[in-house]
Amino acid sequence: MTEITLIAAINQALNYEMHADQEVVLLGEDIGINGGVFRATQGLFEKFGADRVLDTPLAESMIAGLSIGMAAQGLKPVAEFQFMGFSYPALDQIINHAARFRNRTRGRLSCPLVFRMPYGAGIHAPEHHSESTETLFAHTPGLRVVVPSSPARAYGLLLAAIRDPDPVIFLEPTRLYRLQKQKVADTGEALPLDKSFLLREGKDITLISWGAMLHESLMAADSLLTRGLSADLIDVATLKPLDCDTLLASVEKTGRCVIIHEAARFCGVGAEIAAQLSEKAFLSLKAPIQRVTGYDVTVPYAQLEKQYLPSLTKIINVIDQTLEFT
Amino acid sequence: MMSEVASFSIGYTRFLDANGKPTQDLPSFIKKETLLSLYQTMLLTRLFDSKAVTLQRTGKLNTYASTLGQEAISVGIGASMRKEDILCPFYRDYGAQLMRGVKMQEILSFWKGNEWGNHYSECPNDFPICVPIATQVLHAAGVATAFKLRKQARVVVTTCGDGATSEGDFYEALNIAGAWQLPVVFVINNNQWAISTARRAQTHAQTLAQKAIAAGIPGEQVDGNDVIAVKFVVERAVEKARARKGPSVIEALSYRLSDHTTADDAARYRASEELQHAYKEEPLSRLRTYLFAQTYWTEAEDKHFIQQCNLTIENAVNEYLALPKPAITDLFDYHFAQLPADLNEQRIEATALFKLHEMLSQ
Repeated sequence: MTEITLIAAINQALNYEMHADQEVVLLGEDIGINGGVFRATQGLFEKFGADRVLDTPLAESMIAGLSIGMAAQGLKPVAEFQFMGFSYPALDQIINHAARFRNRTRGRLSCPLVFRMPYGAGIHAPEHHSESTETLFAHTPGLRVVVPSSPARAYGLLLAAIRDPDPVIFLEPTRLYRLQKQKVADTGEALPLDKSFLLREGKDITLISWGAMLHESLMAADSLLTRGLSADLIDVATLKPLDCDTLLASVEKTGRCVIIHEAARFCGVGAEIAAQLSEKAFLSLKAPIQRVTGYDVTVPYAQLEKQYLPSLTKIINVIDQTLEFT
Repeated sequence: MMSEVASFSIGYTRFLDANGKPTQDLPSFIKKETLLSLYQTMLLTRLFDSKAVTLQRTGKLNTYASTLGQEAISVGIGASMRKEDILCPFYRDYGAQLMRGVKMQEILSFWKGNEWGNHYSECPNDFPICVPIATQVLHAAGVATAFKLRKQARVVVTTCGDGATSEGDFYEALNIAGAWQLPVVFVINNNQWAISTARRAQTHAQTLAQKAIAAGIPGEQVDGNDVIAVKFVVERAVEKARARKGPSVIEALSYRLSDHTTADDAARYRASEELQHAYKEEPLSRLRTYLFAQTYWTEAEDKHFIQQCNLTIENAVNEYLALPKPAITDLFDYHFAQLPADLNEQRIEATALFKLHEMLSQ
């Protein structure tokens, strides 16, 4: 088994499920012969043909609306938006329809589909290519929002997302696409949705993160070890519905919690997590729950993106403050 | 030197004029039975629609969008489709919906604010009435994509108003339907008004049908008050799509004789002379005149049929009024195939609160 990148794991999952389930159809801009701008669908057009890998005209609302119509017929469309920042023309279709068809028709029509989109900053891309606006989707009833943070979780979670009978927003951190390699067995085994993953077990503090920021959070957890301290590190993975039980069990144990995310601070998913933990674990808390997040500003162009993203230093500082709080 | 690379013309089809006089030989499918069935369905639709407005005026229905004057378009569409086809309608297509098996009590339930009105127990694959303008035409293209990929000989018909043709989704749907040659028929119900915005204010284009041309799709106009013409052009387009010969756009010219909805007052923006003139063109009286002239139908039969319709409607209304209120748990139970844990917590809370209120109010 060779080690593969996160983007290769996405490709592997798509390939597996297209073999396993004839109803799975891919659609999006430049996903055919070109294999997608990040090559997530590389080789699939050649393997499955133009009836399974649909190169669409350039229109995002159309991609979403089309997926809804196809899904209502029992197909399982996996649509790619080229970047999260270009998904906004499709919000009307996603929020007003994909998220609502099952409820609107009392279960008669549903939308078993996945909207994949490259997400987050850190790859020196032009404007609109670095968004992390997961809150828009997490706030919308009827949607699942899933963010992988490793090749193995990308593989397992994408399989689960495709097999899920309801719409899933699948956010792929571009910074992680080729950052690390991991052995991923192509067994078709899905990981559970609606579950958070405890990546490191510790006793002094709970670190909660998702997506690309898991990378720095992991380094922060490692740096604690060198000081004789240890952290529970949790990959939220499914932002909505939130697996509060896993987060709660950890915070009740450690009494201290730092949430790290790349998205803007205001109404970020971190705010929701902090609120729920405050409500449910108030008496276990030894320090205020802290957030390390992006600023409430437009994601900058490439030259300032490093200053926008939460740095390891900043994360460690906030962890220290939280640990020292008495 | 400039050379012409494309040119277009927009056809217009009409068989019966406003006075019920044929303007050309009627199409061959026109038999007495077909005509009577079209007329009777239009009449039933109008009487149902009128009853719905009355229900709203007497507090038994919430805001309602009337289809008064559009019966020929809707019934013409319904009469052109097969059961296995799919309709993605906008909100003035009760005629087609009733023909396809949607129940009157379901339509009324929808307008009373009950999602169960979209459950369509006898019409399980059609789309519900779509509220955000023009978004349904993209769903239609998606359904048509599924038909095409599965090589099924089925067709999607989708409808929208004249205002909808200004929406991006409308253009995007036409574009993909043309690019992929999808089995879909777009029918524009051009009733001249999008709430208070007149057709001429929507676009400088001479016709709405010509918007198809840019997508490489044929577009044509039809007299939307002439049900024979509507059935003729829609059926032709549907069968063409079924034969995998591509999509069509049909602009049906009609007039919205009602207000936009019962919450609207068209007198604020529309001259009464225009409305009076439009009544002379409306679809039922011209066909009735023709049927009488052909002695296919008599005044007495008409009266008797209206009584029958009113009985049917009355029964449906009684069933509608007797429908139970949606359960408190319906708030939660249809968002996902399986209720997520966090939503279940809220479901328990809401149910308990609801029971408490019920207890206290007893």
